[in-house]
Amino acid sequence: MSKTYVHAPGFVAGDRPKIVTSRFEFADSYTLERYLATDGYKGLRAALSRPANEIHEDVKSATVLGRGGAGFPAGTKWGLTPQQVWPRYLVVNGDESEPGTYKDRLLMERDPHQLIEGCLIACYAAGLSQCFLYIRGEMAVAQERVVTALNEAYVAGYIGKNILGSKFSVDIILHWGAGAYVVGEETALIESLEGNRGMPRLKPPFFPAANGLYGQPTIVNNVETLANLPWLLTHGVAAYTAIGTKTSPGTRMVAVSGHVKRPGVYEIINGTTTFRDLIYGEEFSGGIRNGNLLKAFVPGGGSAPWFTEDQLDLPFEASQVGPAGSMLGSGAVMVMDETTDIPAAALTLTHFYAHESCGKCTPCREGGTWLERILRRVVEGDGTDADLQQLLEVGAMICPGAFPHAANEKLGLTAVPFPYKMTTICFVGPSAYAPVHSALTLFRSEFEARVKKRVTIPVTAVAGVAANARVSA
Amino acid sequence: MSRLSDTNIKLAHEIIVRYPRPKSALIPLLHLSQEQNGYITREAMQHLGELVGVTSAEVYGTASFYEMFKFEPVGKYLINICGTMSCALMGANELMHHAEKKLGVKAGGTTPDGVFTLAHAECQAACTEAPTLQVNYRYRLRVTPADLDRLIDNLRDGKLNDEFPPHGVLSKVRQSIDATRAVGAKAPEDVNESPAWLDGKAAL
Repeated sequence: MSKTYVHAPGFVAGDRPKIVTSRFEFADSYTLERYLATDGYKGLRAALSRPANEIHEDVKSATVLGRGGAGFPAGTKWGLTPQQVWPRYLVVNGDESEPGTYKDRLLMERDPHQLIEGCLIACYAAGLSQCFLYIRGEMAVAQERVVTALNEAYVAGYIGKNILGSKFSVDIILHWGAGAYVVGEETALIESLEGNRGMPRLKPPFFPAANGLYGQPTIVNNVETLANLPWLLTHGVAAYTAIGTKTSPGTRMVAVSGHVKRPGVYEIINGTTTFRDLIYGEEFSGGIRNGNLLKAFVPGGGSAPWFTEDQLDLPFEASQVGPAGSMLGSGAVMVMDETTDIPAAALTLTHFYAHESCGKCTPCREGGTWLERILRRVVEGDGTDADLQQLLEVGAMICPGAFPHAANEKLGLTAVPFPYKMTTICFVGPSAYAPVHSALTLFRSEFEARVKKRVTIPVTAVAGVAANARVSA
Repeated sequence: MSRLSDTNIKLAHEIIVRYPRPKSALIPLLHLSQEQNGYITREAMQHLGELVGVTSAEVYGTASFYEMFKFEPVGKYLINICGTMSCALMGANELMHHAEKKLGVKAGGTTPDGVFTLAHAECQAACTEAPTLQVNYRYRLRVTPADLDRLIDNLRDGKLNDEFPPHGVLSKVRQSIDATRAVGAKAPEDVNESPAWLDGKAAL
């Protein structure tokens, strides 16, 4: 049975295993008192009772996948630090801002101690001697909840010197951003944490695990990834891998927004839940609003190529969604019904990425801006046939070669698998192109209608229609 | 008076020593300065540069990258209406038009009395509760035009002062680390040993 809570707007609970949202039912879930009454800091105690390398092995064998977007296993990431180089740092990525996505904000607002405990376990297991918890600037309440929890945990002896009386000592420093989407990219996050403009660093050769904050080995983990660790340590690897599939164990948080009957954030079983379950399932979003038809959906945050009803039966499993032409990304499904103006919807996303380009790579800085300008004039009715071709040509400068897209039976399209090639350091540039490419590939006729029929009102209104309208207004 | 006040200088030093390198404190200090003055002034950037040991040009270089730092006065209440996809699908543009009419300014403008600045914002991470807006980075969800009217009236009448502190204030709580509990930050070049707990034995 599905349940919602006034104190956690957006979150929808169900009869499913809860790994990270188990305390969301409590209005005071963010307090230390509630946390301790509900198995809080038990995972930390369990971790500290064993040697650090064993805890690292646990996280590896549980295959805890990164929840930030790339889906890289956390245990493997921790193992990429060079031997005998100290100090190493943990940077927590709480700069959630991918269009359609929110789960980290809920986890920070509703259960900050769980995140803190996850940070401590990670630091212990991977030998990280200081932790920086980077929260998106625009989340004032999340900052308040996390700061309060940090203050409580310091006083109670869970953070700082000789944690729980042991030889494990680590500081967790709250850091907060100031509004820049690109800072969610891990090397840009590190630049920002060093007090610089948040521009991604060139990689390879150096990934943060080898050369990160202040040039030291640095692990950057997403909030949800770390929030999984207390449960894993409390209940063990076998309990964790018993949920979900072998390659995608556990649960993950997914936000379904747009034209559905009940938009919400759900903790779903990884690997087996399908998009059809999420969009139409009674325990999830319950179908399209007003009984309308589904037109398209974005399966993994604004950066992801779009799907249509042909892909509804795909599960939340990267190894199936990739070949189908998109990605799971950050766990965000945005649903468009038949009333959606597709070129205008694509424009909102392309505008977003063009606006958020940091300006470091030319194809993104220039290309993203041109994609937005051309698309805008098409949407506003001033486009031409040549503009549609131009959109694809500009896109090919950012992503040369075939761009991933979904199969479509009606259009006779076969899928082009993910990923794409790119001429930029990070994914902001390609993300500006993804919605344009998907929309043009799957709904070309809507663009053609836009460029063939003029919709703007001429300077002198024909037959006085516009003039009359002005008088009556 | 846009250098940090004595109280805030004390806070600034507390923040700076938490980082292995002082420049890391720059964004938190810019927020502190914006909290004090409502926006970031030239003098403030000069002062922050002195505090963390960089030039004021470097401070401006960093500050100007980030959307939240304002270099001109903004209204006491900054109303950011989200216009990214999920909100746009649920009527964000219509909400913005309504707000523009209600306040008599276009997106990006400030009302003549200096109380409100209206702005278009990008995804606010509340997509299922669209359309959303933030007042000084605090949410209002599933906002209807009538909700917006009420919100603006209540803000103007000072009825929501407790919920929405003036622009510049983010978290109303600050991190405080007791000196007896803090491990303390060291410059990376001063750390050459592996952490004490990596001795192959359990820590507890």
